[in-house]
Amino acid sequence: MSYEPKTTQEVADGLAAHGYLADEGLVTAVFLALTLHRPLFLEGEAGVGKTELAKSIARWQNAELIRLQCYEGIDAAQAVYDWDYSRQLLHLRAAEASGEAAQSGTAELEGQLYDERFLLKRALLRAIDHGHTTPPVLLIDEIDRADDEFEAYLLEVLSDFQVTVPEIGTFRTDNPPIVILTSNRTRDVHDALKRRCLYHWVEHPSFDREVEIVRMRVPEASEVLARQVAGAVEALRAINLYKPPGVAETIDWAAALGRLGITEIDETVLDRTLGTVLKYREDHSRVRDHGIAGVVQQAFDRGLLHG
Amino acid sequence: MASFTVESNPDRLAVGFARVLRRLDIATPLDSVLTFINALSLVGIEDRNSVYWAGRTTLVRRPEDIAMYDKAFNVFWEHRESVEADDEEQLKVTLALDTEDEGSADGNADASDDPTITLRFSGVETLRDKDFADYSNDEMQQAQQFMQSLRLAGPPRPSLRMKPTRSRGKRPDMRATVRASLAASGEPMRRHWVEKGDKPRRIVFLLDISGSMEPYARALVRFVHAGVAGRQRVEAFTLGTRLTRITRELSSKDPDRALRAAGENVRDWSGGTRLGETLRLFNNEWGVRGMARGAIVVVLSDGWDRGDPIVLAEQMERLHRVSFRIVWVNPLKVTPGYAPLARGMAAALPYVDDFVEGHSLDALEQLTKVINHA
Repeated sequence: MSYEPKTTQEVADGLAAHGYLADEGLVTAVFLALTLHRPLFLEGEAGVGKTELAKSIARWQNAELIRLQCYEGIDAAQAVYDWDYSRQLLHLRAAEASGEAAQSGTAELEGQLYDERFLLKRALLRAIDHGHTTPPVLLIDEIDRADDEFEAYLLEVLSDFQVTVPEIGTFRTDNPPIVILTSNRTRDVHDALKRRCLYHWVEHPSFDREVEIVRMRVPEASEVLARQVAGAVEALRAINLYKPPGVAETIDWAAALGRLGITEIDETVLDRTLGTVLKYREDHSRVRDHGIAGVVQQAFDRGLLHG
Repeated sequence: MASFTVESNPDRLAVGFARVLRRLDIATPLDSVLTFINALSLVGIEDRNSVYWAGRTTLVRRPEDIAMYDKAFNVFWEHRESVEADDEEQLKVTLALDTEDEGSADGNADASDDPTITLRFSGVETLRDKDFADYSNDEMQQAQQFMQSLRLAGPPRPSLRMKPTRSRGKRPDMRATVRASLAASGEPMRRHWVEKGDKPRRIVFLLDISGSMEPYARALVRFVHAGVAGRQRVEAFTLGTRLTRITRELSSKDPDRALRAAGENVRDWSGGTRLGETLRLFNNEWGVRGMARGAIVVVLSDGWDRGDPIVLAEQMERLHRVSFRIVWVNPLKVTPGYAPLARGMAAALPYVDDFVEGHSLDALEQLTKVINHA
């Protein structure tokens, strides 16, 4: 049966032990999702760690992670199930060749053809028909990219945790998966779907938390470097950028600096490695206009351990 | 209002709190309240933060509502400051929307008593090339009926969703082919095909509601309403001192209600314009992320920008890079000898695909054509 944490602290510890430092709000949201058995809907800027959360929950629960990446035009054949057509055709031909087809009627042949062994289970069906004692974590990533028709279908699956394949029957589970949905908010997801879920808007982490995250994910970075990196990112987020760096970029940057054997950020370092943090040409020039020295200064101030 | 009594029953507290949220226009359906009560029973009501987060995960569904939720939370659970003041202020501002300069708040009721209404009822025809700035209230009403007849469609774009087709040589439809071959003892004699379907392009309206646009804003917001109500994939925003998304408000079938609701959200009606800045907000929050990608973007503005024209140009360039087409509607374009002298307009023009008028019904009809054949 699925595991239910007793306290929010248990969630915080469990996630931290598997490399995810969540703040109080997110911890409460995960706690409630696990105890109320509701899907958790996460929205927020790209790179704040929405997808990573699902992965961490899976590691923590020692559960299988089933990921459904949404895109425009996704439909049941790609998300729920499809038939293995080439094997079906082969089966038909084999039946024909052995003379079996002549003996058995079309109805029986059809029965053989639409059997579970020719069924290709896609993410949603696999998440329901999982057969484990620990339910899997179902990550429905970037739901805003799929279109409305798919959303409506998803709503149906998420409310009953059952899928009907007309030729075979209904798959259902009384041990439903842990469901995490993420959205980058390129459009509004329908209210009906959101109402099925618990909702959490994921923010950039605070300075201290970001330092902790860097220390945890990039152990080779010294505390001073971690503080400087987090400080510089904090300064960059305060400038009007097209794409302010997310936690993912902070971690990448710290790892890059570590790989380069750099222990302190200075102007040359920042200038040379800016591409790991900012991905728009305009953002680069904006930072240069704003003054690299200012960013470095703030990073340096933040790097001081006593303050 | 939240007259705070010492109440320790979580159910009653939750229901009372939900009522406060509803008054603040945060949609709070009953099932969410039930989930909230369940959540409270799990986290308890002793710790402020637990209650706060339990409510936020179960009752709030849009980041825009978070600020309002925080306010309500402070009032209800911590018994601080009043939500009411802010709310009422907002209501008052909106009333200016539907009235003539000298008219009273209920302009519509006035209009029905007005004898001129029969005189003018004869037709939209006389109104067709009349400048919106010279419109009376009833004329606005009539014009609205006409606007509803304008069908916004926009050119379709290929969708990734497949549909069956008769023409051979597209993509094979294996599912149907296997099914058909059953009847032919496993021989795929009749083959079926699928091809990519079509899908209407999204249209995004960006409506400038600053002071200089006021006479036209009233008319154009109705035009946008006709677009939103008649068609699925339309989005609408207002640009003023801030950016406000009005798609939801405009999607109700009753235009007047929608207008009032839109007005309620739009606090900066006839404020000042910082076009470039608000466009930057739009690009960051919505446009470049996906909403404007491959879409037809219609900007309704006279291009008077109090901000830095360089910012506007930069943001127009960004928008231009992701959108399918940018249509700029400028009601002042009809003025004899008009040249885009407004600094903002001049800065934006290089990124505009179609530059059209928008001062009269005829001009709006023209605009519909431009959108549909873009």
